[in-house]
Amino acid sequence: MDIILNTLITLSLLGAVMAVILYVVAQKFKVYEDPRIDVVETLTPGANCGGCGHPGCRGFAEACVKAESLDGLFCPVGGNETMKKIAEALGRAVVEAEPKVAVVRCNGTYEKRNKTTYYDGPSSCAIEHSLYMGDTDCAYGCLGLGDCVAKCTFDAMYMDEESGLPMIDENKCTACGACVKACPRNIIELRNKGKKNRRIYVSCVNHDKGADARRACGAACIACNKCVKVCPYEAIVVENFCAYIDFEKCKLCRKCVAECPTGAILEVNFPPRKEKVENAEEAAVN
Amino acid sequence: MLKTFPKGGVHPHENKFSAGKPIEIIELPKQVSIPVSQHLGAPAQPVVNKGDEVKVGQLIAKSAGFISANIHSSVSGKVSKIEKILDSTGYKQTAIIIDVEGDEWLPEIDRSTALVEDIEKITAEEIRAKIAQAGIVGLGGATFPTNVKISIPQGKVCDNLIINAVECEPYLTSDHQLMLEKSDEIIVGARLLQKAAGAKKIYIGIENNKPDAIELLKKKAAKYQDIEVVALKVKYPQGGEKQLIKAVVNREVPSGGLPIDVGCVVQNVGTAYAVYEAVQKNKPLIERVVTVTGKSVPKPSNLLVRIGTPVSNLIEKAGGLPEDTGKIVNGGPMMGKAVKDFSIPVTKGTSGILLIKSDEAKRPKTYNCIRCARCVFVCPMGLEPYLIKNMATVGMFEELQNERVLDCMECGSCSFGCPAGVPLLDYIRLGKANLNKILRSKKS
Repeated sequence: MDIILNTLITLSLLGAVMAVILYVVAQKFKVYEDPRIDVVETLTPGANCGGCGHPGCRGFAEACVKAESLDGLFCPVGGNETMKKIAEALGRAVVEAEPKVAVVRCNGTYEKRNKTTYYDGPSSCAIEHSLYMGDTDCAYGCLGLGDCVAKCTFDAMYMDEESGLPMIDENKCTACGACVKACPRNIIELRNKGKKNRRIYVSCVNHDKGADARRACGAACIACNKCVKVCPYEAIVVENFCAYIDFEKCKLCRKCVAECPTGAILEVNFPPRKEKVENAEEAAVN
Repeated sequence: MLKTFPKGGVHPHENKFSAGKPIEIIELPKQVSIPVSQHLGAPAQPVVNKGDEVKVGQLIAKSAGFISANIHSSVSGKVSKIEKILDSTGYKQTAIIIDVEGDEWLPEIDRSTALVEDIEKITAEEIRAKIAQAGIVGLGGATFPTNVKISIPQGKVCDNLIINAVECEPYLTSDHQLMLEKSDEIIVGARLLQKAAGAKKIYIGIENNKPDAIELLKKKAAKYQDIEVVALKVKYPQGGEKQLIKAVVNREVPSGGLPIDVGCVVQNVGTAYAVYEAVQKNKPLIERVVTVTGKSVPKPSNLLVRIGTPVSNLIEKAGGLPEDTGKIVNGGPMMGKAVKDFSIPVTKGTSGILLIKSDEAKRPKTYNCIRCARCVFVCPMGLEPYLIKNMATVGMFEELQNERVLDCMECGSCSFGCPAGVPLLDYIRLGKANLNKILRSKKS
């Protein structure tokens, strides 16, 4: 009986002493953390993708609380909705940003771009890029080994077997930018999602002269400048033998798409064009 | 017991088909394309314009920076254009393209074959200036400007000059043949380098699979007290600077250091010959010996080629492109790189053109790592290739610095030795490139 009693008393005393020590130490070395960080963290999507440029969602929450205004802080995954909630929680002005989506600026499918050599090295674009120009004659285009797909944490990308190019599911894409960083050839770009998800972009990054680019790929931008001339909004520039459409200036009029001789300019999510007037008349006669 | 380096190394099949084939001079091509970046460092700045007449040996592009080299015309004729051409990896590079007309040399170049042995009149500084003027770079393949290498930085002393006549790459025989035919000139070139670097002693390291060259150079060097010819055990990559120093003088270059940190300067035997020609004959680096070889090449040969000659001309000279060619490699089988197109020009760093048969050209099938540690065993730098590969795969590039990935000289022994066919070197290169990028961005 004594043994049990002694044990109980000793352990209780020991427990009490330890509790006091722990309490004192905890008070002495207390780290103050803004409680708002926890609040903001619960508002973030919790994907920890790093798309905002901060180490995970908690890092982003800390940055939001510390910063004076929310300028320059944007969660691409949560988008405007999340940012609005965060702004409300912190009592700051809402900074809206246009939602973005990743686009692959290469249209060199198997049909348009012939393979001239055979690559049998490790299946990694970064390695193939460092070894040589790739298994086609285009030194700028997609290598098709899927470094971008491997880096996508939202399951928004896949390699299309027919064309050999990566495809992006725009409903799943959060514009975190992981694929942009993974691509050794800087083909993928984050562009504004556009009104009704409609986008127009030059799907080529080949900086060779027109003839060389054309020889390598049937869908290459040959820097003919036709699109620049036809654009009423001065949204297109040709630099270093490759056209680029500024998505801030583009009004989605689609004139350049019709003009491009190689089909390097792509339109996405537009309704099919009306047939030409002559055809329409013919149809009416019939 | 022959000397060699103690750590790692492999012994691939030698396959030296072109051994003993005399150096042939290849006919002048109709057009040469001379890239302005044939060396490590900044590309040279062109000093000729379209339409200019040039003579053999005339300066056409000037060194642009401390680590850079002059480039001279290898033919006489007219500059047809300066434009971007494909280099061996398929990326574009600026080159000067010259239409060949006749073969007119600059008058100051001494084209006689008479041996000029006297090196007493010229000072060390003059030698270095002449080497820089002639645009000489390391001809072993690394193409580091020679004048920079023999300019000993303050506070350092060079006591040993090591002439690298190892030629450890399988298939290649250009250095071997050069030693057999130009031994006197090489000795003079080595003495010039010794004088320029202020070295006390010259060692000539030759692997034991070239007994004729060892014997010949021993005979020629006998009259000089300070030249020693060292026969080495055959082991790849003995031609690596650090391995050669360890093998010959038993000193270890510290990690991240240079040979001069242990008082050594290593120069290729081809470079020694080029130095002789530049200093004693006023001839800039406009031609080099290139081995064209392969298992099914009709006439494996050693050719004296003007810089800028298309590789296709060399292949034709060696009997044409065999039908079963699967890969054309610029360099040897271990460190060379497959070329995209055989219209590319021969540059200062082209030591050989190797045609690999199609059944041997494909990489082995890759299996999972079986943790046999063969790669660790064969790595001459004492690295852990499997670990570096794994870290590079998951993107731990910054941590690779602690694994000393920058010490890797890309000899390829790990990939060669791997029984599971894992392409270790490719991942190591990826890690190196990314780490270098991180270090550069930290600096700026």
